[in-house]
Amino acid sequence: MYTQGLDSKTEHGTQPPPRLVTAEDNRFQERVDAEEKIEPRDWMPEGYRRTLVRQISQHAHSEIVGMLPEGNWITRAPSLRRKVALLAKVQDEGGHGLYLYSAAETLGVSRDELVEQLLSGKAKYSSIFNYPTPTWADIGAIGWLVDGAAIMNQVPLCRCSYGPYARAMVRICREESFHQRQGYELMLALATGTAEQKRMAQDALNRWWWPALMMFGPSDDQSAHSAQNMAWKIKRFSNDELRQRFVDATVPQAEFLGLTIPDPDLRLDPESGHHRFGAIDWTEFNEILKGNGPCNRERIEARRKAWDEGAWVREAASAHAAKRAARALKKAG
Amino acid sequence: MSTDRQQALFGYALRLGDTSLVLGHRLSEWCGHAPELEEDIALTNVALDLVGHARLLLSYAGEIEGKGRDEDRLAYRRDVFDYRNHLLAEQPNRDFGHTIVRQFLHDSWAVELYGRLAASADPTLAGIAAKAVKEVRYHVRHSADWLIRLGDGTDVSRARVADALERLWSYTGEMFERDAAEDTLVAAGIAPDPAELRTAWNTRVAAVLEEATLDRPTDGWMQKGGRRGEHSEHLGYLLAEMQFLPRAYPDAVW
Repeated sequence: MYTQGLDSKTEHGTQPPPRLVTAEDNRFQERVDAEEKIEPRDWMPEGYRRTLVRQISQHAHSEIVGMLPEGNWITRAPSLRRKVALLAKVQDEGGHGLYLYSAAETLGVSRDELVEQLLSGKAKYSSIFNYPTPTWADIGAIGWLVDGAAIMNQVPLCRCSYGPYARAMVRICREESFHQRQGYELMLALATGTAEQKRMAQDALNRWWWPALMMFGPSDDQSAHSAQNMAWKIKRFSNDELRQRFVDATVPQAEFLGLTIPDPDLRLDPESGHHRFGAIDWTEFNEILKGNGPCNRERIEARRKAWDEGAWVREAASAHAAKRAARALKKAG
Repeated sequence: MSTDRQQALFGYALRLGDTSLVLGHRLSEWCGHAPELEEDIALTNVALDLVGHARLLLSYAGEIEGKGRDEDRLAYRRDVFDYRNHLLAEQPNRDFGHTIVRQFLHDSWAVELYGRLAASADPTLAGIAAKAVKEVRYHVRHSADWLIRLGDGTDVSRARVADALERLWSYTGEMFERDAAEDTLVAAGIAPDPAELRTAWNTRVAAVLEEATLDRPTDGWMQKGGRRGEHSEHLGYLLAEMQFLPRAYPDAVW
């Protein structure tokens, strides 16, 4: 679903060590500046490769972990139409995970390595999926707000300098914008439904609003890699710019639903035309990144359980493939 | 349409629709928990198709019945004893091996059924079946391929699917039962003859089991009752989960 500015200054060991700028670096930067796409076989600085592996794999992990909070509600969707839509959405997320892992593989890492990093807790995924989905309205709120925030972040990634990532993002964005509309439509049904449904919708907005704003990552003055990533055209807009765009797009949507955004400081600044919003509680964000969110443990446990319980299946598939290959060889010989 | 024929057709569409819905629900429980990402996607895809078939069949059942019940009314407001699905469909997932065996036994029946039902004298059923058979052909390929991999894989996988086959076999007889209502539909060229389905099913299953190096269990006592509303304990929990929201908020539209 989404890649997040997880690159806060507290994260160690991800910055490439300082080194001399070579002629290759300069040539690379010229290509990037000329908006040429960098392809897997092209020369690239080690820091560029490392940044992309980290970002694309975090994005892939987010898609996979993101299947869990929504998957919760597939068996409880209140109509068959909603059930089919949710199944299709969660399936799309699995598909996004698959292309993103493939895009990361073009940079010389294997999917197994990346999965191992997720399961061992070494790799990060979007903090948003560590929040629970206790009610049906959470499915609407995730589609509307979480996918809405994801789109803000991801549309610029369609122009990312790295070709395989940019191309994967084109397809992903198309599907995400469909999910976002679906989520909004679900919220609309609740907001215009019975009093209980409306209460459910408001409650979900109350719980998802701030986490959605945090999805854009730390403020620009706290973000470690922004300048280099901008120069490499991995990133096109700063975290704060994207967050502002999201708020400006979402406030009128909430008004249309007749729901209240849980921010007493929210107001329209008539001069700039932007909605000014209150202070984000970064302590909560940092705690969730550290593993202390309401569902961090459950999410990783669920992924590990699926992986461990599936080991015999994967082993059987490999054993069978080996037997087949041996039989084919024998037949040919 | 005579009342008898109408009643028979309603029951027929309901049995098919309920079986698809319940099995689709079971498969959807895997979403996000499968042994590998490709299977998360594949099982969800099959679940989507099955719920899609259920929607068409239940909508048609409601239309034939003529009492204003739509797909959701039928899916969400009936209790266990009004469900008409095969007992096989409601059996729990247990592990991936059980899920694959259950799916293969079902798919092998469904592909034979829908292939014939596409030529039904009832144009609506024929249309639904013509759409469904295209999808079910992929389902049976998927479940048969996995059964072969697991049967002819490791000792562990072989033991697991052999156990599942033993356990689920007694639920296969119900797929070929025939009652008076179905006699009417078979005679009218609306439904295929279950005996013919059984022969085709046997051939298909035998070929795959052989390739999977698995023994076909012997046909002993067969469990039955699902088609008449007599279910296992599992269905109640499944419906409790599925129906929770419409039951808790009966006036709401979602």
